[in-house]
Amino acid sequence: MTRVTVENVWKTYGRQTVLERISFETAPQSFISLVGPSGCGKSTFLRMLLGDEAPTQGRILVDGVALQAEPSPDRGVVFQKYSVFPHLTALQNVMLGIELGQSPFLGHLFGKRRRAARDASRAMLKSVGLEAAENKYPAELSGGMQQRLAIAQALVKRPKLLLLDEPFGALDPGIRAEVHEILLTLWRETGMTIFMVTHDLSEAFKLGTRVIAFDRRKNRPEELEAYGATITFDLPVMRKIPPPEPVASTEAVEQKPKIAIVR
Amino acid sequence: MRRLINQRPDVLSKLLLAALPFFLVFLAYALASQARLALNPDDKLLPGWTTLMEAINRVTFVPDLREGDYLLLLDTTVSMERLGTGVGIAMAIGFIVGVLQGLIPYIRATLTNFTNVVSMIPALAILPILFITFGLGETAKIVLIVVGIVPFIIRDLAQRVEELPHEQIIKAQTLGASTWQIAMRIVVPQMLPRLIDSVRMSLGPAWLYLIAAEAIAAESGLGYRIFLMRRYLSMDVILPYVAWITFLAFSLDFLLRALRRVAFRWMYRGHM
Repeated sequence: MTRVTVENVWKTYGRQTVLERISFETAPQSFISLVGPSGCGKSTFLRMLLGDEAPTQGRILVDGVALQAEPSPDRGVVFQKYSVFPHLTALQNVMLGIELGQSPFLGHLFGKRRRAARDASRAMLKSVGLEAAENKYPAELSGGMQQRLAIAQALVKRPKLLLLDEPFGALDPGIRAEVHEILLTLWRETGMTIFMVTHDLSEAFKLGTRVIAFDRRKNRPEELEAYGATITFDLPVMRKIPPPEPVASTEAVEQKPKIAIVR
Repeated sequence: MRRLINQRPDVLSKLLLAALPFFLVFLAYALASQARLALNPDDKLLPGWTTLMEAINRVTFVPDLREGDYLLLLDTTVSMERLGTGVGIAMAIGFIVGVLQGLIPYIRATLTNFTNVVSMIPALAILPILFITFGLGETAKIVLIVVGIVPFIIRDLAQRVEELPHEQIIKAQTLGASTWQIAMRIVVPQMLPRLIDSVRMSLGPAWLYLIAAEAIAAESGLGYRIFLMRRYLSMDVILPYVAWITFLAFSLDFLLRALRRVAFRWMYRGHM
């Protein structure tokens, strides 16, 4: 079970402070929704979790170990677009993670190991409902199917953390609800921790076990450079769906809806 | 009346319209040739169709008096060998360096300005240097083609690699890919079709360098032949040769396009 600890993280670009004093800790198997107005640094924060960018100050720990400053296979990611590889079929996209892990030089598997990788990938495709599309290229899939494929591709590495950067922003509402259900099922089955950046508040509350809002406290023009965004709201969400495993009673108490305004 | 931009020709009109400019050129030639030959039957500048056909027959099917070679066949083989070797070497170097320059920040920092400067050197200006260094044989001609088009291929591919969505490179890393694996499984497969485009665009300059080098120092080759024939004002040979070179260039381009379509089918699927 993964626990993410964020210790007094700051991010500045030159003289521009983007994020300041971000500290929180997550319970195992959390689904954290990160919300906030555009440009508040929520995507920057996700990129720091990803290792694509390093905090200017402070640190981020996963299970007590400081994060490497580059992306690694314990953290899966799904972006709004460009998450899957256009030159590989759906099945090849999912198999890629297994092949890269087992074949350092060629990046391709053969024979028995290839068959094993293919079977595992087919099972993964089935869990996101894409078993009929395994030989299609991403350009032949709809937006919702591409995002489901991206999720399958990320999960085949069994990451501790799944990071979603506005993953459903480009989908229409019906498709979006469908992908939500798939994501929740997979989250319950795998027990990973999910961080999702979204600008859709209802989505944030529907999926998340906790909603964290970033915003700037100081908005006067002369303050814009020196002050960044920080956590303004941090709300646990009462789950309508029962939690995956019976959690300790103390945690169940904590799950009660309460509004903790961190000001 | 609909706007001009919304009026589209049907299939037949399209064909006829496409044939029209070619027809006009032939017509203009025929009229001009007829007019000149009427004044002076020995005029060599715009030979009539029969003279042209005789010349084509002579260079294609009659062995040369001196060596017994079929000139067109000999010239074509020799020239295509030079062009093929030059473009092939340029492709290999351009692809490897271009991908490295686009993907690895340290190599990009080292090479970008250098490639940009080198690509500004007019390749023909260094032809004398090549002849002095490599002699008048095949090497100088091939090196000219390579030097002439490699910088363009490198720049083009490096740019295409940098244009790959950053998300793809990040995603590959979260799947555990090393730099080598990212290069081999993500970048190279997506860059091969781009390489074909790049080579197609380089073929024009490649022909130019080939013909220039052959014109200056060679014993055979398409460029050598037309510059040799110029001494005798043999328009009846030069014109078919130019047409033949155009046909070869067009066929190469067509073959490369076909290869791209057959080998990289993912690029043509779906709504891309």
